[in-house]
Amino acid sequence: MDWSPLILTFELAVIVTALLLIISVPLAYWLNESKSRTKPIIETLVSMPLVLPPTVLGFYLLVVFSPSNFLGHWLQEWFNIKLVFSFGGLVLASVIYSLPFMVHPIQSGFAKLPDSLKDASYVLGKSKAQTLFRVLLPNIRPSLLTGIVLAFAHTIGEFGVVLMIGGNIPDKTRVASIAIFDEVESLHYSVANAYSMVLFAITFVILLTVYLINGGYLQKFRT
Amino acid sequence: MIELSVHKKLRAPSGEMQLSVDINFPKRSFVCIYGKSGSGKTTLFKIISGIMQPDRGQIVVNGKTWLKTDDKFHLKPQKRKVGFVFQDYALFPNMTVLENLEYGLEKGQSKSIIDELIGLMELGVLADRKPDTISGGQKQRVALARALVQKPEILLLDEPLSALDHEMRIKLQEYILKVHQQYELTTLLISHDVSEILKMADTLYHLDDGKIIRQGKPVEVFTRKEISGKLQLTGEVVAVEPQDFMCLITVLIGNELAKVVVVRNEKELLKPGDKVLIASKAFNPVVKKIG
Repeated sequence: MDWSPLILTFELAVIVTALLLIISVPLAYWLNESKSRTKPIIETLVSMPLVLPPTVLGFYLLVVFSPSNFLGHWLQEWFNIKLVFSFGGLVLASVIYSLPFMVHPIQSGFAKLPDSLKDASYVLGKSKAQTLFRVLLPNIRPSLLTGIVLAFAHTIGEFGVVLMIGGNIPDKTRVASIAIFDEVESLHYSVANAYSMVLFAITFVILLTVYLINGGYLQKFRT
Repeated sequence: MIELSVHKKLRAPSGEMQLSVDINFPKRSFVCIYGKSGSGKTTLFKIISGIMQPDRGQIVVNGKTWLKTDDKFHLKPQKRKVGFVFQDYALFPNMTVLENLEYGLEKGQSKSIIDELIGLMELGVLADRKPDTISGGQKQRVALARALVQKPEILLLDEPLSALDHEMRIKLQEYILKVHQQYELTTLLISHDVSEILKMADTLYHLDDGKIIRQGKPVEVFTRKEISGKLQLTGEVVAVEPQDFMCLITVLIGNELAKVVVVRNEKELLKPGDKVLIASKAFNPVVKKIG
């Protein structure tokens, strides 16, 4: 069995999860705080990947970043970035596709915290950033963990978006889910089964860990 | 001198309400804000602390302007020297008691104030505990101590004692009075409890539907200045027992029960749970419903 699709999958998932965490914390914070009129639109856009067929998203990304189009051409000319059929493209597509899985738990975590915690911190002279990092985030640890794990697991499991924008290039864009499809098409059931088993086991363990931790079964990890 | 002029339109459950408060009181006063829930008390505190902005108003504390909407001036809550004890205490669950207090330190401020407050509020044994593991009264003490770390000019207490049992209340009232004296604070307390107000406050503002409807010395406000008794006690009616032509009522005053005889027709007015003022006027005690 060729391990490279699995390694590529986990590389992708780690990078995407890290990027999502950086993007989602401020985004979720803003969505929870804001009374802006643009908020419903942003919320809708964030949630779109939940209901949109992944192929739709993949198709548009493919079109937009194609070198024959303005944006794709410009990126390639000026920054030498090619997002179509490349690992970079996979990362971008996965970030968009898994965004709601990270943003929603964090946003509901923020919403559940009483306003008085934030107010108390401000009255004690602490800035918004200090309040965020020292009071708010430490108190929504279970939500952060849920977001990280869901985004990670969801990135491992995606197929449609990845196939559309990434294709099936070994060591570059051929992630496990695509490798499985490919092997099945070639009637290599035992290889497909091996990949599938690995994904099944890993996602089971990841999700189990979240439920154990957030359910308080492993108290020492929580505090 | 503390000058408050605050105007804000609020959306209350009962409809729109105009909060309009114009009050002044001297430094080091112990002021009580009394009123029904939904009368705008907590909003007033939020505006004083800067968490919320009024539509229009001015706040000047000991000569320093905190807010002046005419000049579009609004000092951030971070810059106001104010201590705020929230109704739910708002202790940070991720930090120990000691860390909660240390969080309040200003940049470069000496830690000696923490030791002092821990001693004063008797928090030594709790220092390493998390807020989730201590009792309501203990949380209240921690919240009070935390609000004092930066040595505020105004201390805001938003019904901090309402969730505590009688004995704990009495003890915490003592702590509050102690720090009020020791740190020369100007303290504002929201309370519903008449005996508490009479014990603690020197000035009372009765807020109703966003407006101050009565103000003055608590005892005068509550008795409407109609009685000139030598001795006055407040308590709660526990039982009403009609006798032949008199009526025997049992009143809980502080921790003690007292039996008082009233004339029969007054019994119609009194029922268990009523707050009453008992004043001794020469020989016959006068029992009058208050609050």
